Amino acid sequence: MLLIHCPYCVDTLPELEFAYAGEAHIARPANPMSQSDEEWRDFLFIRSNPRGLHAERWRHIHGCGRFFNALRDTVSDKFSVTYKAGRPRPDLEKAVQVPK
Amino acid sequence: MNAPVKSFAAVSVAVLPPVARLNLRIAPADLDTASATFGLPLPGKIGQGQAKGDRAAWCLGPDEWLLHAPEVEQAAIVADFAAVRALTPHSLTVISDREFTIAITGPSAQELLSVACPLDLLRMAPGTAKRTLFDSAQVVLIRDSDDAFRIEVWRSFFPHVSELLDIALREFACGL
Ligand SMILES: [Zn+2]
Repeated sequence: MLLIHCPYCVDTLPELEFAYAGEAHIARPANPMSQSDEEWRDFLFIRSNPRGLHAERWRHIHGCGRFFNALRDTVSDKFSVTYKAGRPRPDLEKAVQVPK
Repeated sequence: MNAPVKSFAAVSVAVLPPVARLNLRIAPADLDTASATFGLPLPGKIGQGQAKGDRAAWCLGPDEWLLHAPEVEQAAIVADFAAVRALTPHSLTVISDREFTIAITGPSAQELLSVACPLDLLRMAPGTAKRTLFDSAQVVLIRDSDDAFRIEVWRSFFPHVSELLDIALREFACGL
């Protein structure tokens, strides 16, 4: 079973306790009326869908109940890091860069 | 003839008598006020528990606690918290009748729970509690000692959880 680290529980727990909640760091426009139809469509529906590291929201729904963010590799399904909601996306690509 | 097995030497399962259960949501900064109101130091870390006399508290989330007390004290606890609400905003919800508590005790208690509990129970210390799943039902699992657990389960999920435990018990009793 996949194990996920909850940054609030500070514990690594079974995937069954968690729910996926879409891409992370998507800010709702402060004034929706100022948005063009295209901008509003992009906010609502257009997601990055990368191959590789993806910043996404998860919720520890059957545990502490909190939403948090994770960097997960969409190819290997490996979680690189999880972090509390509201924190910026960790610059993992830079952090793990190996000199050639 | 075919009465369900509820207990044998290695493990037994029993539904516990009613208890006052309360769910407290309060800012961690106000924990001292809540502790003074409830009469025991509420634990600050998720999972930790604290008991004093016949009252107990477990931290379930960053700002969420489960409180247990004797049934007769429920009204007094609600009144005590209401008295501090004006200066210390919080939510206190009585959930006594929402749940049943099932006790699972005996040397094979941990093994019996592993039938439907995904947690690594070896890592769960006595005195702690966690919200988790039992099969598909959300429960609060309390570990009182190495050989003693309690499952707090919503009434509507109780028949399912109870049936699973009964089946597992009978399998254990048969030596499966
Ligand atoms: Zn958690």
